[in-house]
Amino acid sequence: MSDTLYLITLFPLVGFLVNGLLGRWISERQSGLIASLAVLGSLLVSAQLLLGLLARPAEDRLFVQLLFAWIPVGDLNIDVMYRFDPLTAVMTLVITGVGLLIHIYSLGYMRGDPGIRRYYAFLNLFTFMMLNLVLADNLVLLFMGWEGVGLCSYLLIGFWFADEAKARAGLKAFIVNRIGDAGFIIAMVLLFHQFGTLSMSEMAGKAEGALVGPNFFTIVTLLLLVGAIGKSAQIPLFVWLPDAMAGPTPVSALIHAATMVTAGVYLIVRNSLLFSLAPTTMATVAAIGVLTAFLAATIAMTQTDIKKVLAYSTISQLGYMFMAVGVGAFSAGIFHLMTHAFFKALLFLGAGSVIHGLDGEQELGKMGGLKHRMPGTHWTMLIGVLAISGIPGLSGFFSKDEILWGAFIWHDGVNWIWLLGIMTAGLTAFYMFRLYFLVFHGPARWPGDTQPHESPSVMTIPLTLLAYLAILGGYVGIPEALGGINRFHHFLAPVVISYHTAIAAAPNTRPLELLLMAVSTVVSLGGVYYAYRIYRVQPALAEQLARRLRPLYGLSRNRYYVDEFYQAVVVRPFQKLSGLCWNWFDVRAIDGLVNASARSIARLSGVVRQLQSGLIQHYASLILLGVIFIMLYITMG
Amino acid sequence: MVVPLHHIIAISGLLFTIGVVGVLFRRSAIIVFMSVEIMLNAVNLAFVAFSRYHGSVDGQVFVFFIMTLAAAEVAVGLAIIIALYRNLRTADLSEIHELKH
Amino acid sequence: MNAADILSTLPELVLTVTALGLLLLEVMGKPPRARFVWVALGGVGLALGLEFAVPSEGQFYAGMISVDLFTRFFNVLFLTTAAGSLLISVPYLRRTLEERGEYYALTLFATVGMMFMAKAHDLTITFLGLELLSVSLYILVAFYRNRVRSNEAGLKYLLLGAFSTGFFLFGIALIYGSTGTTHYDGIRLAIGSGEQLSMALTVTGFGLLIIGFAFKVALVPFHMYAPDVYEGAPTPITAFVSTGPKVAGFAAFLKVIATAFAFTTQHWWGILWILAAITMTVGNITALRQDNLKRMLAFSGVAHAGYLAIAIMVGSADSAFALLFYLAAYAITTLGAFGIVSLIEGEDESGLDMDSYRGLARRSPYLAGVFALIMLSLAGFPPTAGFLGKFFIFSAAIDEGYTWLVIIAVVNSLISVYYYLRPVVAMYMQEPADESAVAVPAFIVPVLLLVVLVALGLGLFPMSLVKNSIAAAGSLF
Repeated sequence: MSDTLYLITLFPLVGFLVNGLLGRWISERQSGLIASLAVLGSLLVSAQLLLGLLARPAEDRLFVQLLFAWIPVGDLNIDVMYRFDPLTAVMTLVITGVGLLIHIYSLGYMRGDPGIRRYYAFLNLFTFMMLNLVLADNLVLLFMGWEGVGLCSYLLIGFWFADEAKARAGLKAFIVNRIGDAGFIIAMVLLFHQFGTLSMSEMAGKAEGALVGPNFFTIVTLLLLVGAIGKSAQIPLFVWLPDAMAGPTPVSALIHAATMVTAGVYLIVRNSLLFSLAPTTMATVAAIGVLTAFLAATIAMTQTDIKKVLAYSTISQLGYMFMAVGVGAFSAGIFHLMTHAFFKALLFLGAGSVIHGLDGEQELGKMGGLKHRMPGTHWTMLIGVLAISGIPGLSGFFSKDEILWGAFIWHDGVNWIWLLGIMTAGLTAFYMFRLYFLVFHGPARWPGDTQPHESPSVMTIPLTLLAYLAILGGYVGIPEALGGINRFHHFLAPVVISYHTAIAAAPNTRPLELLLMAVSTVVSLGGVYYAYRIYRVQPALAEQLARRLRPLYGLSRNRYYVDEFYQAVVVRPFQKLSGLCWNWFDVRAIDGLVNASARSIARLSGVVRQLQSGLIQHYASLILLGVIFIMLYITMG
Repeated sequence: MVVPLHHIIAISGLLFTIGVVGVLFRRSAIIVFMSVEIMLNAVNLAFVAFSRYHGSVDGQVFVFFIMTLAAAEVAVGLAIIIALYRNLRTADLSEIHELKH
Repeated sequence: MNAADILSTLPELVLTVTALGLLLLEVMGKPPRARFVWVALGGVGLALGLEFAVPSEGQFYAGMISVDLFTRFFNVLFLTTAAGSLLISVPYLRRTLEERGEYYALTLFATVGMMFMAKAHDLTITFLGLELLSVSLYILVAFYRNRVRSNEAGLKYLLLGAFSTGFFLFGIALIYGSTGTTHYDGIRLAIGSGEQLSMALTVTGFGLLIIGFAFKVALVPFHMYAPDVYEGAPTPITAFVSTGPKVAGFAAFLKVIATAFAFTTQHWWGILWILAAITMTVGNITALRQDNLKRMLAFSGVAHAGYLAIAIMVGSADSAFALLFYLAAYAITTLGAFGIVSLIEGEDESGLDMDSYRGLARRSPYLAGVFALIMLSLAGFPPTAGFLGKFFIFSAAIDEGYTWLVIIAVVNSLISVYYYLRPVVAMYMQEPADESAVAVPAFIVPVLLLVVLVALGLGLFPMSLVKNSIAAAGSLF
C-alpha cells in the first residue's frame, strides 16, 4: 500500500517536465490535457490511499515510504520520507481534487493564451511542490515544498508580465514571503541543533520531556509562526495577497485561496505538539488570527474590485483558521481549511467566469443584473456565498461553528476572541451578499457594447462540482451536538493534539453548543438581511417611495428610518473604520513599511555601488582600512 | 657593534609604511609599482634580521623567493602598463576607471 | 629529494611539463593551434588519473608539503575546475581569434599554483603557490591586449594583489620572527609550548596573513577589485578567477588555521565574525542593483565568500566538512554560470545585461533550464547542492553557538534570492527580442552536464560528496 506514495508527486512532476521541456512539440490542447491528467493521477492515488487508511484501525492509520536515505552519516541523518496520515490525506485530496477542477477550468479560461504551455508547466510544478509540502516527513523536504510553492506563485502572478504593476505585485508577494521564510529557516536550524533530527515525527517523540531551556519551544514556535504568517497572509504580513490577485484568476483560486496560503495553517497543525508546549505562542496565534479575520472582513466590505473582495475574504477566513489552531481546536482549523478550499475556489472561479463573461471587467460598479445572463455561474456562486456566510446546511456552517465553539470554550465562556469571531461571521455574510447582489442583481451597469455571456461548459462543470462540494463538504464533520459523530474530528484525532476533548465530550454542554449555533446563525442571517436591505431593496424602495409616497407613508418612513439608522450607526462607522483600516493600516503602515524597506535597501545598494569608484587607489585605501581594523582588533583584544 | 633586532624591525616597518603611502598617493602607475617594491624590500629586511636573530637560514631563503616574485611581478606589470598606455595614452591611475560601480 | 617526494607531486609535475610543452609548441608554430586544447586537457586528465593511480600520504620534501585526503579532495576540484575552464575557453578564444598556446599554459600554471596552496605545509610553499596562481592570473586577465577593459582589469588585479601580498609577506616575516620557523607544525609547536618571542607578535603576523587570504577570496573590504576584474576579464577567465583562487584561498586558509594556528582562535575569531557579516551584507546588497551579469555574479561571489568565512571562523570538524562541500558546489555551479554567460555574450562584450536573457526559455529551453538551476543552487533553494552547503554551514555554526551570525546569514541569503531570480524571471517570463536559438558548442556540453550533476545530482544524492568531504576534513583535525 505505502509503496505507491511516490506516485502522488511523480505524476505532476512528469507533467511539469513534459510541458516544460517538450512544450514546442505538443499542442495547446494536449498541454492542458497532460497537465490535468497528471493531477488526476495524483488524485486517484491519494483517494486509493485514503481508502487504505480508513480500512485500518484509528491508531494505525499511517503509511510511510522511505524514498531514499538522503544523508545517512553519523549524527547527520536526513531521510527523504513521505508520510501519509489522516492530516496528509485531507491535504492531498484538497490539493489534487480542487487542483484538478482548476486545471480543467483553465482549459477554458486560458484558451488562446500564447504562454499556455508555460502556464500549465508552472501549475503542475506548483502542484508537485505543494504535495511535497504536505507529504514531507522532514522539515527540509517540507521547506523545499514551501520555497517551491512560493517560487511558482511568484512566477504565476507575473504570468501576464506585460503589465508593470503585475510584475511589481509578484515582487511584493515574494519579498513579504521571504521575511516569513527567514523565521522558518532559523527555526529549522535550531530544531536540528536541539534534536539532531529534522524528521517531524521523531522530533515530536523527543519534544515532550526534552531537556531544553524554558523558552526554547516558545522561540522556535514563534519563528515557525513568522513563516506561517508570511505564507498565510496574516497581520502584519498580509499585504501581498490582495496584490497577488494580478495573476490569472484560476491561479488565484488554486494558490491564493485553496492551497498555498493555507500552508501556514498546515505547518502549525503538523507541529501541533511543539505548539502545544508553548502556550504563549498559541495565544499569539489566536490573537493574530482573530484580529486578521476581523480587520480583513471590515476591509472587504468597501472593496469595489471583485477579486479584491475575495482576496480580503480569504485573508479573513485564514485568520479564522489561525484562530482555530490558536485556541487549540486544530482539527477544526483543518476542517475549515478544507471547506474553505471548496467554497473559496468556487467563488474565485465564479468570479473568473464573471470576469471572462464581461471581457475582463473586475469592478463591481460595472456589473449587476447578470443573474439571467449567466445562470450557471449565478447559481453556483450563490451556493458559494451561502456556504461562506455560514448558513446552516452548507459546509461553511459546520466548520465555522466548530471554530467558534472552540474559541468559546477556550476560556470557558464569553471571551474577546469568540466575540470578535462571531462579529466577523456577521460581517462575512454581509460583504459576501453585497458582492452577490452587486454582481447578479439590480440594474445592469456594464457598458452597452459588452455582451455578457455564460462561460463554456469546460468552465461551468468545475463550478458545479465545486458547488456540490461546498454543500456536502461539511457533512463529514457534523458536530455531536447536532446528533452527528464528527467523523472528521475523530479521523484527525490521532495526528493532532487536542486541548478540549474532555470538555467537548461532556454531555451537559450540548444545550450551550446549540445556543451558540443559533446565535451565530442569527448573526449571519442578520448580515445577509442588511446586505439585502442596502444593496437590493433600497434602490427599489426609493422608487416605491417616489410613486406611493402618501399611502404607505408611515410604514415606509419607519422602515426608511431603520435603514437610515443602520446606515448611520452601523454601516457608516464601519465603512469609515474599514476605509481607515484600508488607508492607514494597509496602505500607509504595512504597505509603506514593505515598500520603504525595499526602497531603502535598493537605495543602499545604489550608495554602495557608488563606493565602487573604479579608482585603484580608493580600493587600496579600503584595503588599508581593513588592515587597520584587523590590527586594532588584535592589539585591543 | 651589533645592531639590536628591534631597530632593524623598526626600519623595516618604516620602509613598509613609506611603500604603503606611495601606493596610496602617487598617481603614476610606475611609481606605485616602485612603492610596492619598497614594501617587499621592507619585508626582505625583516626576514634577514629575523633570520640572523634565530640563527637559521630559512628567512634568507625566503628572501630569494620574494626577490624572484618581485621580478616576475614587475615583468608582468610593466607589460600590462605598456599595453594600457598603447590603448589609453596614459599611465595615470586617476584616469583609469572605466570599470566601476 | 627522493623518489617518494617526486611521486607525491606527480600530478603537479605532469601539469608543469604539459604547460612548458605548450609554450614550446606555440613557439615552434606547430601543430595547429586547434590541437593545443587537447594537449592541455590531456595533461589535466593525466594528472587527475595519477591523483588516484599513485596515491601518497604523509609529509614530503623535508616536510614542506603534506599529502592526504584533504589535498586529494582539492586537487580533484582544482583539476575539474581547470578542465571546465579550458572547455569554456575554446569557443570564446576561437570566436575572438585569440587562441594561443600560452593561454592554456598559463591556465595550467595557475592550477599548479592552486594545487601547491592546498599541499603546502610550510608558509614558503603557501606563498609560492599563491604567487604562481596570482601572476598567471594577472596575465590571463589582461590577455586581450587590445581591450582597454581587459588591460585595466589586469592592472587593478596586479597592483592590488601585489599590495595585499606585501601585507601577507610581512605577516609571514613576523610569524617567522616570533616562532623561528615557517613550518606549519613548527609554528603550532612554538605556540603550544610557548617558545616564541611573543604571542602578540605571532598573532599580529597571523592578522596580516588573513589579509592575503581575504584578498584572494574577496572578503569585504578587500574585495573591491573583484567586480572590476571579473567584468573586465575575458568571460572564460572570469569563470576561472571566480572559482579557482577562491577555492584555493579557502583551502590554504583552512589548512593554516587548522594545523598551525589552532591554539590562537580566541585572538582573532571576532575579526572573521565581523568580516563575514560585512562581506555577506555588502555583497548581496550591491548585487541587487547590478544589470551586468558578470558584475552581479562577482558580487554574488563576494557574498558567498562571506558564508564560507563563517565556516572558517567556526573552525570545527563539522564546519570544515561544510566548507569543503560548499566550495565544491559553489565552484562548479559558478563555473557553469560564467560558461553560459560566455555563450550569451555577443561580439564586443555586448549581451551581458539582464535584457539579453529575456525569453531565453523559449529560445533555448535546455540552456535556460540549466541556468535557472544554477541560480536556484546559488540562491540555496532545496533540493539543490547550494541549499545543502548553506544548511551544513549554518548548522555547524549554530552548534558552536554563533546564532546571531547565522541569523544575519539567513537574512542575507533571503535577500540574495531577489537578484538570483532576476535572470530566471527574464528567461521565463519575458518575451525574447529575437527567436533564434543560442548555439551551444560541443565543448560546453560536458561542463553543463557536470553542472546539472553537481547542482541537482548532489542535491538529491549528496552522499558521495558528503563522505569525501568528511574524510578530507577529517585528515586536518
